[in-house]
Amino acid sequence: MSSFRQPSVLPGFGLTLGFATFFLSAIVLLPLAALVLKTASMSWADFVAVVLSPRALASYRLSFGASLVAALINTVFGFIVAWTLVRYEFPGRKVLDAMIDMPFALPTAVSGIALTAVFAQNGWIGQYLEPWGIKVAYTWLGVTVALTLIGLPFVVRSVQPSLLEVQRDLEDAAETLGATPLYIFRRIIFPTVLPALASGFTLAFARAIGEYGSVIFIAGNLPMKTEITPLLIVIKLEEFDYNGAAALGFVMLAMSFVMLLSINLVQAWGRRQIVAARR
Amino acid sequence: MAGIAATGAAEIARRPGRGTLRAALVRWVFIALSLGFLAAVLLAPLAAVFATALGQGIGAYLDSFRDPDTGAAIRLTLLTAAIVVPLNTIFGICAAWAIAKFEFRGKAFLITLIDLPFAVSPIISGLVYVLLFGAQGWFGIWLQEQNIEVIFALPGIVLATLFVTFPYVARELIPLMEQLGNDEEEAAITLGASGLMTFVRITLPKVRWGLIYGVILCNARAMGEFGAVSVVSGHIRGLTTTMPLHIEILYNEYAFVGAFAVASLLTLLAVVTLIVKSVIEWQASRATGH
Repeated sequence: MSSFRQPSVLPGFGLTLGFATFFLSAIVLLPLAALVLKTASMSWADFVAVVLSPRALASYRLSFGASLVAALINTVFGFIVAWTLVRYEFPGRKVLDAMIDMPFALPTAVSGIALTAVFAQNGWIGQYLEPWGIKVAYTWLGVTVALTLIGLPFVVRSVQPSLLEVQRDLEDAAETLGATPLYIFRRIIFPTVLPALASGFTLAFARAIGEYGSVIFIAGNLPMKTEITPLLIVIKLEEFDYNGAAALGFVMLAMSFVMLLSINLVQAWGRRQIVAARR
Repeated sequence: MAGIAATGAAEIARRPGRGTLRAALVRWVFIALSLGFLAAVLLAPLAAVFATALGQGIGAYLDSFRDPDTGAAIRLTLLTAAIVVPLNTIFGICAAWAIAKFEFRGKAFLITLIDLPFAVSPIISGLVYVLLFGAQGWFGIWLQEQNIEVIFALPGIVLATLFVTFPYVARELIPLMEQLGNDEEEAAITLGASGLMTFVRITLPKVRWGLIYGVILCNARAMGEFGAVSVVSGHIRGLTTTMPLHIEILYNEYAFVGAFAVASLLTLLAVVTLIVKSVIEWQASRATGH
């Protein structure tokens, strides 16, 4: 016990750690363990039949594909938005900056119905895309748009602080020495913000994979076409197929752990990059 | 001397990247792209919420709140938040005290576990409780014998909401308290103050803005959670539908004014949350003098 924690004059260690651990176990850990045990009680053949069924595979494809595209869109536009907010002064900049966090605060059901209203055939934006043959609402594009909104703050908020780190003197010096803007971007700005971009991309991607509320309104939810994996779990539950729901839940949980691991690896790599750059 | 000063001023005026046509062009392209992107995915949907809610006049908007089921949904949402937010606040303070004030083995692992609900799909957060307490769940039959309803009732909604809002307060407080250090608390304890008094008089005033920020974020998520609550609620109209679930019911019935009217309340909550956040950040930056 003495080596478990370093001595301190402050009181309350046992009480606070005890309560925190108890609450964590009761609310988060034991319920998650129940999901793992429920899946473990299935036979291997049953498990495989559920998680590799054509409908499940189609849902992974959509969830992964749309999340990937959305995270890539966010990486590009997140950088542009972060750059604009950090480097330029214009009327309404502070309000715009504060609004970046909107997707964190806005309930997903609200963003879901609002995006559907905007991108439906008769919506504000949808009506201009319709003549071009582009359908957003009730297609995979709609899923991507919803996941883009959800992931937007992650990239912007990761990149903003790293842009402040870029040394302006270095940029000026490079330009004086005849470097083109593209060269300056490639050799000075991009290496500095790359760890933050990678971290923002992974966070946005991880969040998008599990997203439910904002997607189901705009997706159309056609089996094999526009059905995301979380929705498939809900459908299994509505059919009282607890085993099927648990098996798919287990797959998603495993994906979450992989994502969590990647986030930690990406951020550790980013810290090493920064330390190396400062040497 | 004067010659050198003159060239200096001219140098500054011609300093690279300042005031050239190309720099101005790049600047406007970036601003235009940013505004265009944000307008399409963020501003247009927000405006659409209010435009649709008020589309048939303010009278129809206000009438939609007279629906007793809407009233019940608002009450259930407030009740859920009133239970969940204090519990997670107490948890967050305890976790932050243990983690930030003491050095012990497995600390980093504990922080990862606390963050776990952020990494998990909201559907999983609801699913785990159905597997435990649902009709065919592990405790399902026992709960039925005792006549206790968890799933498709308030306890299930509270549990699922507790799960998804679990990390908010802890995650705001832990870095803040670690950064502030232990010196003042140790001095207070050495001088004979009790643990509780030290927390209330020394620690709390230092971390109050972070705490408030964590609490309002926790509250916004608790009131707005859709996926996790949707799985455990059973969608019994007027009984187990929170505001986000009621939005879904109205929307699927093509009662758009009603759906967007409820949505407009939650949007206002989100706007207030962001305003409070901005005020807190402004306070914090003023306090540190930046």
